[in-house]
This record gives sequence, C-alpha cells and structure tokens, in this order.
Amino acid sequence: MAYDSFSILTSTAVPLPIENVDTDQIIPARFLKATERVGFGDNLFRDWRYNQDDSPKADFVLNDTTFSGKILVGGHNFGSGSSREHAAWAVYDYGFRCVVSSFFADIFRNNCLNIGVLPVQVSAEFLAEIFEAIQKNPSAELTVDLNQQSITLSFSGKSESFEINEYKKDNMLNGYDDIDYLSNIKSEIEGFAENTPL
Amino acid sequence: MKQTLFDKVWDSHVVRSINNGPDVLFIDRHMIHEVTSPVAFLGLKNRKLPVLYPERTFATADHNTPTLNQHLPVVDPLSRNQLKALEKNANEHGISYWGLGHKKNGIVHVVGPEYGITQPGATIVCGDSHTSTHGAFGAIAFGIGTSEVEMVLATQCIMQPKPKKMRITINGTLNFGVTPKDVALFIIAKLTTSGATGYFVEYAGEVFEQLSMEGRMTVCNLSIEMGARGGMIAPDQKTFNYIKGREFTPQGADWDKAMKYWETLYTDEGAIFDKELVFDGSEIDPMITFGTNPGMGMSITKVIPTAASVEGGAATYKKSLDYMGYSEGESMIGKPIDFVFIGSCTNGRIEDFRAFASIVKGKERAENVTAWLVPGSHKVLASIKEEGLLDIFEAAKFELREPGCSACLAMNDDKIPAGKYAVSTSNRNFEGRQGPGSRTLLASPLVAAAAAITGKITDPRTLIQ
Repeated sequence: MAYDSFSILTSTAVPLPIENVDTDQIIPARFLKATERVGFGDNLFRDWRYNQDDSPKADFVLNDTTFSGKILVGGHNFGSGSSREHAAWAVYDYGFRCVVSSFFADIFRNNCLNIGVLPVQVSAEFLAEIFEAIQKNPSAELTVDLNQQSITLSFSGKSESFEINEYKKDNMLNGYDDIDYLSNIKSEIEGFAENTPL
Repeated sequence: MKQTLFDKVWDSHVVRSINNGPDVLFIDRHMIHEVTSPVAFLGLKNRKLPVLYPERTFATADHNTPTLNQHLPVVDPLSRNQLKALEKNANEHGISYWGLGHKKNGIVHVVGPEYGITQPGATIVCGDSHTSTHGAFGAIAFGIGTSEVEMVLATQCIMQPKPKKMRITINGTLNFGVTPKDVALFIIAKLTTSGATGYFVEYAGEVFEQLSMEGRMTVCNLSIEMGARGGMIAPDQKTFNYIKGREFTPQGADWDKAMKYWETLYTDEGAIFDKELVFDGSEIDPMITFGTNPGMGMSITKVIPTAASVEGGAATYKKSLDYMGYSEGESMIGKPIDFVFIGSCTNGRIEDFRAFASIVKGKERAENVTAWLVPGSHKVLASIKEEGLLDIFEAAKFELREPGCSACLAMNDDKIPAGKYAVSTSNRNFEGRQGPGSRTLLASPLVAAAAAITGKITDPRTLIQ
C-alpha cells in the first residue's frame, strides 16, 4: 500500500560514470525547503544539469536525448553524504525505478528501498560492461528481475545476480513498507517500551 | 560470549529479529529538525496515526535558520514556511520544541548533548547523517531518512540489519597543533569516503581517551564521511562528569541506577570485530582537504597527490581537481583563500572557538578574507561572551553571528559565492555544498584561524607562540 510494487523492469538506461556521486549533487540543499514530497525530479542533479542562469548544460547526460529510461547507472559509491531522502525522491520523481552501481552508500540505499526504488549492486566488471554497452548502443536494454534477483544486459545476454534480504524483497514485490510491518507488532513494541525508561 | 560495546547497546534494544531480514530496533531518543520531518508528519496524517511516544522526540530548528537578525521574521518564504511547519507539527503532537529565538535553540547535534538528551547506552536517531556525533557518549546514534523519521514517530522503532563492526585504535600522543578534526580527516583520507560503509565504528586507544568530550564529538560526527553509519567511544569518567546535572540527565537514585548500566558499556577483552585498524597518533599532522569529498585530505605540509597514487578512477579525480582549480603535485601552503567559516555540528562548540581565539588573539583578520563565526547553539554563544572570546574576536576584526547550521550546507543566506575558496571547519567539501560553485577546504579551527589571519593556507603551528 505504501508505494508501487516492483517485480520485473526492462528498460534502457541512463549512464552516469562518475564515482562518489554524493547526495548534494543528486539534490542540492537549497532545494530541500518543501514541506510536501512534490517536484523534486525537476532539481535532480540540478548543478550538473543546469547553468546558474537555469539554461541546460548540453554535455550532461540528462540533457542528452540519446539516453533515456527508467534505470540510472552510476559509478562506485553512489549516494554518499547526507541522509536526505529527498535524493531518493528526486531519483524516483524524475522517473527512475532502479539505480545500478558497483557500490552504494548505506543511507541512500536504505532510503531507496523505503520508497520503492530498487538499488542493484553489481560487480565492478559488470558495471564497466554495462557502461560500455549503453555508450555503444543507447537502445541497449537492461532487465532487472527482483524475484530472480538478477540483472541482465539484453544486448549480450550477460547476467549477474544481486543481493537483497528476503524481508525487503517481499516488501518491494508487494509494495509494503516498514510501518505496515511495525503497526502489526505494536503491542510487542509497547511491552518493550515499558521496560525501557526514558 | 565476549561482546563489543556496540553489541551490548544494539542487542539490548532489539524488539525482535526477522529471519533473513532486519532487526526491529527500539529507539530511546529521536531528534527532529525542520528539513527532514515535514513529509514524515504528512505521512502520519495520511495514515491517521498518532505519535506513539512524543516525550521521546525533541525538535529544534537549525538547517534553515538565518544567522543574523533572528529576532525578525525569516525573510525567505520557503524557509519560513518550513520552520512554521516544524512548530505546528511539534505543538500538535506534544513534542518539545526549541525553535528560532528559544534560549535552548541550536544545531540538533550540539544541543542534544548540552541538555543531557544524549546519554550513554542509548539508541538515538535523527533525520541527519551527522547524528553519529552522539556516539561520543557511548550511544548508538545514526542518521535516518524521512520514511524512517515517520516510522520512529509512529512506532518508536526502525528496521535495520545489524551492521558489521570495525574498531579504529589510535595510540600515542597527538603532536603540537593537531586537533580532533585532524584525527578524523586523517582517518577518512586513509579509508576513503566508502571505506567504512556497512560498518559501525568504535574508536579506541589513548588518543581518544585523552580527547575532551567536544573532541570526541568532532571525531564521531565525521564517522559518516568514511561511509560508516556511526561511530562510538566507550563512556568513561570524563563522559559521566560531562552529563551529570544536565536537564535531561537522570537525577538522584535514577542516576545511580543509570551509572550501574553505563559502567558496563565497554568492549570485553577478546571481543571480535569484523575489521580492525590501528594507527599511531604521532603520524598525524594538521590536515586540509584539496578535492571534492572528505576523503581527499592531506597533511597541510604535503603536496596534492597524483591520480595514480590514489584509489578510484582518474577521470573522477581529475574532475574533482578541475572543480577546485588545483593540479597534482601542488603545495597547499600559500594558496589564497576568500572565506573562512567556523561552526557546524562538527566544529561549532566552545572548544572550537577557544582554539580559533588562541590564534587570532592580538592579530587582525586579513583584508581579503570574509569570516563567518557561527556558534553551534545559544549556549555556545553565551560561553563565547562569558569567557571573553568575543572581545578577542572583535579586537581582531571578526564578528560573531547567531547559531545555526549556516554555511555548512548553505540552505540559508550564508552562501559562499561561485568560484570562491572557503576554509571551513564543517564536514563536507562536495561540489556546491556551501553555495553553487563554491570551493571548500575542510580543516580544523586552528587551520581556519591561520588562514583568516594570513589570507592564505598557512600551517597554524607557525602562528602559535
């Protein structure tokens, strides 16, 4: 009930072969002033995507019509820095449903899982292969199968498995979130709280 | 079973463990601020859920607040709206609220310890990655996203797989002019910004034992910058002395009972960590960053490393140096700077202003430097005045601003202009972090003070009598 469920996604992908992409790049702090979760996609990668006069930077991948799709492929250590869930919201609001990298920062990864964006961690070799395939052929598709925990490059048929714990997998397949789970064990929590003084 | 400090605190807060899934972790204390909480309250409203334990949540306004003229209405309508939303949400749900102008107001990670909300052995979360600061007291403290803020408000629990454990031991004594900030930047430079991802860190050894509580907070604060969810230090007499008698600290018989628990909070001899790192305190010099993440730091006396000598891809490294306008092999000493920022949850405590004062005393700010001195809280501001530091600052042509996060993330008007260089005592030197196009050099309050006086990067040891 909390967000869209996720099972299989086949899509072209947008490559961002930069390492240590931090959440200040994904969404700069000055765009965190909203009190509702709307419009964050407009400011996704704001300062890489637009000049200071708001004109688009032609050489940034989101402004390059060659690349599109529901999958964002980023370099090693994607999402480092702040805990702002706005970064995951911006990725989602722009239209991405899956982020692929060889390594994710912890809080960003968690935030994605909590809103229904699937973080898929692949080996450094496979990531390089994906980047190369997309650059060569922007219409190359990736298939991410959550149930099978596999990601396949349609172009070459090369596939890798990825990890996700059973609990989160089940949540994503069904669109449940943690509050759904915790609400069901409320009395157990209240019992615990009684024995845990402030 | 030999347990680590982390195990002891974590395991005693597990409500239940889910097979092949996360633990349901009970949260003792929750802190909120205006930026990452409004959507969480909206979520509660949509689900028609109340706040389960409002007495366990504390609200302060900090990220978005002006640092001048706080008595006047906030000019930026979006910031004003967000601050109002926090006040309204806190009042509606019966949550303690220390808003703009309140005498207890300040940066969430500065006021938490000041009022004794932060305690050993507690689980503490906040929608801010630098929540790791509170680990200095032997608490498990870490940053969470807004979905988790909503979760804690609704259920006082979050769901997290137990992280792996890392111990970083530094023995020996720190050299003259080397501060806790240098220790942290040294560790991050060794580990990179992802070197501790997936781990919770315990800092151990003589160097951390000798640090003041403020210094321990600076180190734990920066744990997230090496990817760790949090860092902690076993509580000792220094910890207990610090917290005793503060407003939210247990009193009387409750104190004695709490002490019995707190005295058990240390890593048992022989307990196993997933990873152990050992450094020697005498290896550490005053540090400065030269790139666009906190792992790109070096001894202030060295030259900028070559791409070939560091981990990671050369293209990303080059992009970073291009942004900074620097080249491989250059010395940082002598590079001109434009701004100095002292403040933030990393270095906005009284000890940091004392350090800054120790260098600027009897000197004058360089004419080419704009300096922003922003205390972490009203309590810090009051101490600066009481201790006579304000007189030293004013005589040296510095002015003091009002508390808040300020130029650390530049959500308010405190923005470093594009292309300008700022020596900052804050925590992140990401592209545009301190304002679009700004260039940040992270350093200690001593290095910041030396830069403010000379107008360029200077080894502070040359200015200390």
